[in-house]
Amino acid sequence: MNSARKKDLVMLVFALILYGVLQTMISAKIIGSFWELNIILICVNIILSVSLNLINGYTGQFSLGHAGFMAVGAYVGVVATVKFGLPLIVALILGAIAAGILGFLIGLPTLRLRGDYLAIATLGLGEIIRIVIMNIDYVGGAAGFKGIPHLTNFTWVFFVMLMTLFFIKNFVNSSHGRACIAIRENEIAAEAMGVNTTKYKVMAFTIGAAFAGVAGGLFAHQFYLISPTSFTFLSSFNYLIMVVMGGMGSITGSIAGAFVVTFISAALASFPEARMIIYALALILMMFYRPQGLFGYMELTNVGPIKKFLNKVSGAKEVST
Amino acid sequence: MADKHLLETVDVSEVFGGLKAVSDFNIYIDKGELIGLIGPNGAGKTTAFNLITGVYKPTTGEINFDGKSLVGLKPYEITQRGIARTFQNIRLFSELSVLDNVKIAYHCHVKYGLIETVLRMGRYFGEEKSIEDEALNLLKIFKLDDHAYEVAKNLPYGAQRRLEIARALAAKPKLLLLDEPAAGMNPQETQELMEMIRWIREQFGLTVLLIEHDMSLVMGICERIYVLEYGIIIADGTPSDIQKNPEVIRAYLGAEAIN
Ligand SMILES: Nc1ncnc2c1ncn2[C@@H]1O[C@H](COP(=O)(O)OP(=O)(O)OP(=O)(O)O)[C@@H](O)[C@H]1O
Ligand SMILES: [Mg+2]
Repeated sequence: MNSARKKDLVMLVFALILYGVLQTMISAKIIGSFWELNIILICVNIILSVSLNLINGYTGQFSLGHAGFMAVGAYVGVVATVKFGLPLIVALILGAIAAGILGFLIGLPTLRLRGDYLAIATLGLGEIIRIVIMNIDYVGGAAGFKGIPHLTNFTWVFFVMLMTLFFIKNFVNSSHGRACIAIRENEIAAEAMGVNTTKYKVMAFTIGAAFAGVAGGLFAHQFYLISPTSFTFLSSFNYLIMVVMGGMGSITGSIAGAFVVTFISAALASFPEARMIIYALALILMMFYRPQGLFGYMELTNVGPIKKFLNKVSGAKEVST
Repeated sequence: MADKHLLETVDVSEVFGGLKAVSDFNIYIDKGELIGLIGPNGAGKTTAFNLITGVYKPTTGEINFDGKSLVGLKPYEITQRGIARTFQNIRLFSELSVLDNVKIAYHCHVKYGLIETVLRMGRYFGEEKSIEDEALNLLKIFKLDDHAYEVAKNLPYGAQRRLEIARALAAKPKLLLLDEPAAGMNPQETQELMEMIRWIREQFGLTVLLIEHDMSLVMGICERIYVLEYGIIIADGTPSDIQKNPEVIRAYLGAEAIN
């Protein structure tokens, strides 16, 4: 078997072990319902941060509208399950498609903008999505959508997260992913090397939006009620912090970022003021001492001993991923 | 106006505001030739490259390559048609490895699609392997194989220039445009670069157009030379013709003697 495939298999085995351990602890009530919920939120947030990283970190396009796409996935998902009685998997797929299409439509004109302008435009569009939803009575308007069945559990979010990670990992380690990274590094040179920069910016944006939609669908079916206030620009900002903290352009980083941010929020849940201060301080310190984020462009699978171990079990000579 | 030339520009001009950066620009290049484009600072040489590669759209005129017009195409489309370039002010993917810099440029020759990418099936592994092998091979030619896994921005200046050429070649062009490839190199590096350009032209069956200030390099390897001054071609011919041309001596060599 191919060594890259073997490496995937090793990672899968580790993931399954982690799943087994956590699921056992949840079933045995060693992990209580509060932390079970937070583990589920960590998985959802990993989907959000990794997909946002594809746009912001790998392709270098500063997007601040992720919560808007998440909202689309969430609302399309609950309409599918509640109003049409469709199964969760179909709801997730429909949410992904809807968010993806919207991402495509928004990306096409806005990705001509650069840097700050793109950030402001996506921020505005994210808010527009939310306000539009707020004014649709069919989905409950400002009061929110009530009576959502609790269809998700740890197993669902864990495996959907795993699938997302494989998708994004394989994407960035391909010619398509290299095209995106080239845009981040030097757009003029990327174009000169034959990369259709508009196409790949829009592609990254669409894929990122679609996965935000999936995360939204999972998120919605975890709670009895969702309302537009769950998807404000503050949440977009929160996902951005996960990406920046973890490292723009590192999947490991996005996982770590989602974990740290969600964990701190949960641990400090009873001290909301302290939470914001600690948050802000952590970010400031980070920008001073490690501006590239926890992992920068590094992947855990490329760190010395882990890389050696993976190469050994997969029988690879040289690693290029 | 025979269209058997590989590249031909017809009355091309480019106006920036009130400044005519290039006007009545007429050149042709035949397959396999190694042509020089010289001229004093600000003469419009880089602008000519930017016109050919689609960075700028000509204000007037036609550019034909391989029998088809390039005017109005995007830079990436022109690269896909078979023209690759290097930049005067180096534009590497500076945070990426030397190897990845080259791998990116195979982009337009990759055939596997998104599904094959994500599921890692079909042509994915086969093509990725051949890209890696070809890229490493190119790095060897440019004596960069020892640095394959280093970050591009950490390379010495001369090596960065060589990497730019290697990267351009990875796009598998028919015509290679080099914008001052020897800038910042010492005489020995320049000499080696000359050999290298000659060698790759033979090896890859390339046609080359190069801008250069280093006269020994230009006179040493170019078969024909165009001289540009204030956006206008003032002379063209073989290196010995150019060296004797009084216009050129006044405009270019004279200007350099003053420096
Ligand atoms: N984008 C632009 N906008 C306005 N003016 C420009 C632009 N690009 C080039 N110019 C002007 O056009 C003229 C030609 O510039 P160009 O860079 O082509 O010269 P060059 O021959 O490459 O010079 P050098 O030897 O210094 O590289 C210069 O006067 C320059 O200032
Ligand atoms: Mg120039």
